Amino acid sequence: MTDRYDVLIIGAGHNGLVCAAYLAKAGWKVLVLERSDQPGGAAITREFAPGFRVSACAHILHMLQAKVIRDLNLKAHGLDLGGPSIDTIALAEDGNHLTIRQRSIEGAQVTAAEKAAYAAFIERMERHAKALAPQLLKTPPRLANAGLANAMQLAGMGWGIRFGLGKKRMQDFLRIVGMNIYDLLDEVFESEALKGALALDAVLGSAMEPRMPGTVLTYLYRLAGGLKSTLTLPKGGMGSVTAALADAATTFGAEIRTAVPVERVLLEGGRAVGVVLAGGEELRALSVISNADPKTTFLKLVGARNLEAGFAHRIGNLRASGRTAKVHMVLNSLPDFTGLEQDALGNRLIVAASRKYVEDAFNHSKYGEYSDQPVMEITIPSVADPSLAPAGKHVLSAIVQYAPFDLKGGWDAHKDSFVERVVDVISAYAPDFRDKMTLVECLTPVDIEREFGMTGGHWHHGELALDQLFMMRPTYGTAQYRTPIDGLYLCGAGAHPGGGVMGAAGHNAAQAILAGDK
Amino acid sequence: MRAQYDKEHFRQHSLPTPFHPRLAELSQGSSWHCWKGHLSPAYFENVELEYFAIRNACSVMDLSPMCKYRIRGQDAEAFFDRMVTRDMSKLKPGRVGYSVWCNDQGKVIDDGTIFRFAEHDYRLCAYERQYEWLKISAAGFEVDITEQTEEIAALTVQGPTSFAVLNKMDLPGLETLKPFGIMHFPYHGGELMVSRTGFTADLGYELWVEASKALTLWDELFEAGRHHGIRAIGTDALDIARVEAGFIQAADDFTPANHTIRKDHDRSPFEIGLGWLVNLEKPNFTGRKALIREKEKGSRYRLVKLDIDGNKPAHASYIFHDRKKLAGAVTSAVWSPTCKQNIALASLEVAADHPLDDLWAEVYYQRELHWNRVWLRCRVQDKPFWNPPRRRATPPGLF
Repeated sequence: MTDRYDVLIIGAGHNGLVCAAYLAKAGWKVLVLERSDQPGGAAITREFAPGFRVSACAHILHMLQAKVIRDLNLKAHGLDLGGPSIDTIALAEDGNHLTIRQRSIEGAQVTAAEKAAYAAFIERMERHAKALAPQLLKTPPRLANAGLANAMQLAGMGWGIRFGLGKKRMQDFLRIVGMNIYDLLDEVFESEALKGALALDAVLGSAMEPRMPGTVLTYLYRLAGGLKSTLTLPKGGMGSVTAALADAATTFGAEIRTAVPVERVLLEGGRAVGVVLAGGEELRALSVISNADPKTTFLKLVGARNLEAGFAHRIGNLRASGRTAKVHMVLNSLPDFTGLEQDALGNRLIVAASRKYVEDAFNHSKYGEYSDQPVMEITIPSVADPSLAPAGKHVLSAIVQYAPFDLKGGWDAHKDSFVERVVDVISAYAPDFRDKMTLVECLTPVDIEREFGMTGGHWHHGELALDQLFMMRPTYGTAQYRTPIDGLYLCGAGAHPGGGVMGAAGHNAAQAILAGDK
Repeated sequence: MRAQYDKEHFRQHSLPTPFHPRLAELSQGSSWHCWKGHLSPAYFENVELEYFAIRNACSVMDLSPMCKYRIRGQDAEAFFDRMVTRDMSKLKPGRVGYSVWCNDQGKVIDDGTIFRFAEHDYRLCAYERQYEWLKISAAGFEVDITEQTEEIAALTVQGPTSFAVLNKMDLPGLETLKPFGIMHFPYHGGELMVSRTGFTADLGYELWVEASKALTLWDELFEAGRHHGIRAIGTDALDIARVEAGFIQAADDFTPANHTIRKDHDRSPFEIGLGWLVNLEKPNFTGRKALIREKEKGSRYRLVKLDIDGNKPAHASYIFHDRKKLAGAVTSAVWSPTCKQNIALASLEVAADHPLDDLWAEVYYQRELHWNRVWLRCRVQDKPFWNPPRRRATPPGLF
């Protein structure tokens, strides 16, 4: 072939870069096309006020796959995890906070029995998560027309659950996997503060609340993605992770072009043969890989009319309406959180006082309203990483739920009052907060959609729920990275195993493509 | 969509069609059955007389229960081209096209006729309800889809004297209408659409008016046909004629994919003798990938027209190779009064290159509660059993 490139990758998000790096490493000629003016997609560090930088979406790195770090030698390309795991501190208004570590909990009101229960619970959940974890770095099996390899993989999944876990644990796994986290936590713990904190882990980034079936699975999924529960704040923010990935990819020979939005996938005879850029420029390659979310890929870049109707319908029905906002603030100095030392502020601070608090926060979103008392995951990354703010000053980064994409009355009219709610809620834990903060940036799901091109502003590219996971992610017919369009592949979070800065989808897509032909 | 229904409509099992008052007057056998939610007579008086009206004079059947959808918009052609298997760019305004449409698995959802009124204006006429599938298929296209089943009344007027009858109804230029053509005429302040289409392989027309003009149309038509042997017929007579024509009927000769639950009980177009409607050169249509695979791998079933010895219709008979090995089953069977042949359509589970010169039907029939069985030799026919030149003659004959 005379094509200059073997593959074009639409989007330089972290998965696109991982995929590019693996393919380039295998000797393929790869061109990555990024619509914004820097690579990284939503995993970037961005200046939101002069001199103040912050991770634009996800801010804690806990799922990046060790294999990806190793295979692509990311540490040599500048990846700095910024130190050991940080703790989770579940904030309490009275200052009796709960500190949650990888295998232990601490707090003034925590009993010995509760500590033991937590250690046992984490061990139990990690065992279950380990049965799922090997699947994250594999192409999901096909259910229909399964060949021997697929049948073996399905058998392997069953084997891992039956024999990897053992009979008793398998029974437990099967009992709880479809449950809701609300009830499960009730079986194990006394402390409502702890239950609230763990419930938040099960619903962070999703359109779920703790009483919904499937929230145990999302909790296990979070553990499976980030075994050992390590939470890190990468030095330089999330952008440093994608910078390392971009460096690795280009070192292996991939090219990255920024500020080139792809208008559509170029089709000939029903096959993807390249892309058309916004300016009209046509680029051709043997294959096209999309890091964009499934709805963007299929309904915008390919177009429903170029798909078969049933498939287009399933893509249209994917649940991908974000309910998570990101709030960034400039702090003139560190606020005084009741009962918290200043050096503890480099940890992960969460606002989820109880399961009911999380549930109440969610309830508003069902009716198109933002939460009156939102749940939050707060980091002040500048505590450990002074490069993010001018000397003595700080940046605060908060994931705030629930902020529905389709807010009643629209976000333009309600963004300021939403930010007020956020400030009020934080002020309940840090009474001087209002005096310390100045500039605010709030990215609602609408902003996230506009800025990063994720449909519905959903940063997992679609809900992580049983019907949209594994061989159903994003939907059957395209769950093995191939799509119904010959020559077009998916490599983003909309494909198995989903979102979070994990790199697994990009890795798996590259392996699937390398296993097939160009 | 259903605003025209009376509030109490649910109390009735089947709805009357716009022609119901006339049908009820003529119905001597009370042979009502439910045709997609509408009252429809299987026959009025005598199936044989009604059948011979199709072949020897002029038959009139109420076609109103057919499901009708208006599709308008600048993408209408592209929409149909993606939905159905045939190349829709070849269907010009003023013409009617027959096609099938499939699901993503390449299995037939339904067959039907597509009327192209103008560049961006079509009507789909189908046996099954299709609104949902049309809406699903419309994603990504600028089209507007309207359900018209209730608002359009239709009659099918078939038989050698059908033109002579319509010729008396002040429809200027009708003699120039070719098969699969459409003409529109002003009609009592509204419009009468005439298409030269039908389900009988004979000279015939279908008439389409707004429901409020239905009875007027019926009365004027029967007045015009008074001296031409015009006769109202039920669905039984039509069913004989359509088998003679070799036309398949959804739910009889294939199960529509959306109603099929068991694996492999649905059928692809290739498997029901409609491969000629499939254009795999089109870059995309629903079912294309599956049909390409089927074309490469070979189809599982095929539908054949059978000429069967004897005179006992082979209803639901098994078909065997050499009276030993099961080959398939009859889907529609009838004694053809016109061809004087025992004919059938059968679905065989036989590879495409397998010879079909040793087929036998195992036919069971009853005489005064006693069952008998005969083996009847079957011969595969390529051509329709009935296909007279008058079907196509333009101008048509004034019989």
